[in-house]
Amino acid sequence: MFAENRLGRFNGLRIFLTYGFLCVLGLIFLFPIVFMIVSSFKPDLQLLRDTNSLLAFVPYGDLSLNNYREAFIRVPVLRFIFNSLIVTAVTVLFSLIVNSMAGFALSVLRWKGRSLILGVIIATFIVPFETVAIPLLLVVSKLPMLDFMAFTEGGELIRWSWMNTYHVQIIPFIASAFSIFLFVQFFSALPRDLFEAARIDGASWWQIYRNVVVPLSGPVFATVAILNFLPMWNQYLWPIMVVQSEELRPIMVGVAYFFQLGDVAWGEIMAYLTIITLPVLAFFLSLQRAFIESIASSGVKG
Amino acid sequence: MNSRRQEQFMGWLMASPAILLLLAFLIIPFFMAFGFSFTNQRLISPNPTEFVGLRNFNRLLTIRTLSIDPIVDEETGEFVLDEDGNQTYPRLRNFTRNNPDYPELEGLQEWFRWETGDNALVFLARDAVFMKALRNTIVFALVVVPLQGSLALLLALLVNQKLQGINIFRTIYFMPVVVSMVILSILWRFIYDGNDGLLNSLISFITFGGFEGRDWLGNPNTSLGSIIGMSVWQGVGFHMVIWLAGLQTIPFVLYEAASVSGANRWQQFRYVTWPGLRPTFIFVLITITMQAFALFIQPDIMTRGGPLDSTTTVIHQAVQRGFGKQDIAYGSAISVFFFIMVLIVALIQRYLTRDED
Repeated sequence: MFAENRLGRFNGLRIFLTYGFLCVLGLIFLFPIVFMIVSSFKPDLQLLRDTNSLLAFVPYGDLSLNNYREAFIRVPVLRFIFNSLIVTAVTVLFSLIVNSMAGFALSVLRWKGRSLILGVIIATFIVPFETVAIPLLLVVSKLPMLDFMAFTEGGELIRWSWMNTYHVQIIPFIASAFSIFLFVQFFSALPRDLFEAARIDGASWWQIYRNVVVPLSGPVFATVAILNFLPMWNQYLWPIMVVQSEELRPIMVGVAYFFQLGDVAWGEIMAYLTIITLPVLAFFLSLQRAFIESIASSGVKG
Repeated sequence: MNSRRQEQFMGWLMASPAILLLLAFLIIPFFMAFGFSFTNQRLISPNPTEFVGLRNFNRLLTIRTLSIDPIVDEETGEFVLDEDGNQTYPRLRNFTRNNPDYPELEGLQEWFRWETGDNALVFLARDAVFMKALRNTIVFALVVVPLQGSLALLLALLVNQKLQGINIFRTIYFMPVVVSMVILSILWRFIYDGNDGLLNSLISFITFGGFEGRDWLGNPNTSLGSIIGMSVWQGVGFHMVIWLAGLQTIPFVLYEAASVSGANRWQQFRYVTWPGLRPTFIFVLITITMQAFALFIQPDIMTRGGPLDSTTTVIHQAVQRGFGKQDIAYGSAISVFFFIMVLIVALIQRYLTRDED
């Protein structure tokens, strides 16, 4: 009885210390984001003065939405958000279709050349995007594009460049070796009897893909969508290289606007960063279980 | 159409969009990088592109050493000292510019030097900035890979406990992963700032003012370390989740068996947990390594590669030359070098982590 009681108190202390430690770690991971949100409501002078103490994290003083108003004046915020939404949504949608079709072909169907193609696709894992970015820049600057606006205005049918378009931000990122790999893994684990039965019933391979495989594969579609969403929303290097016109720029490139014009207005920057971060954070927090499971499943099987 | 032919046809048809896209935007540009690296291709140029052989790689990789003696006063025969009492050395440009005695040093730049007391051993490179970038990238990877991998494992063990609300902590630790690196890099400039930066304030708060603030990113001695700290902070949650998934594949009966046979917690980890994490370990190792070598956004935003090139990296240089200076050929040469480096490291890791049986 006595021993049990002591053990109980010891456990209580241990749990208390564990939670304390977990909270301290939590603060370490949270503080820059808290600082960003709190600062976005403060005037510049106060913001810079507060960073020399813990007041940096306290919402007090002359709080207002002025920074947000100024940020919207300085940068076409809604335009940039719209651009990022378009580019991200279209890329994710097409990546689901194209990669799942390839995954289906490479796992379910039996055809000559299949293992060779699968081998080549797996081998491309080792090629980081950074190593092809430079030659790819030259490729897209030389690729022909049918541009009907150019046709109506100048009487010229073909504009010899992909630069400054939406599709230059989308098309190179649709096919992904890693997404194909995830689909192949998932589809291979589906029972083959299912397909045989459907074949006997006279279903075509396309119908099997569309009506049998896709409805059964919600989790892997969610994983691929989440894994492709994040890098697309956060695109930075590629749009800097290929998009010069303001109407087509995504949100991350907009950050540079605040540093270009001599006086750096930190409050406005914090407001802009908050605006472009909150949607992702909200998305993440509402789907956090799916997010974390996606990342986890990519690792365990890989 | 018979059934086998139909399957053959559908296989190619359904795989072809992905195959064509990967060919056009990954595989062909990859081989083009090899091709361009032997030319003088530029993004926009009035002159035709020419084949230049190994000239780009020569410029990229040429290293020489030179031992120089301190300056001796000709009358007294003693060393000429500077204000701090250190020996002085002749200027390097005496050797690298139009010196017929040292034709192989023509046009080289100083990379770094060791002063041994008797003389100075100077390392020169044709592209000293690239050599610094290479060194920074390797240092970054050597520190980040073990540090981030092990911290992530510790975090995973911590949040793998059965405690109420543990999911909240998992979510918080993972949060920096979903925020853009561009945004986090800007925020960390505030944290590392020399005048009243958050880190300086925090350390001085903890030490009751017994700490003099420093400009973490502005000092070449601390700049790379600061970027390492921030990068580990950002990426550790990602690999925590991977480790966690690995931990949860280990059957609970194994722990029960171990504890029945009297294993303590360390022995449980050593003989049950760690062997069970082997596939996860390989995945974590390879992904952190690839990420670490591709370091680009943090230095680009936090320091622009400075101060004194102390934080520039291989990819940062590839972008600076290929895009900034529009020198596609030289940028491609750096990319090819990068690819070969990553490939060799991946093969070595593969070999070291191969299955013993």
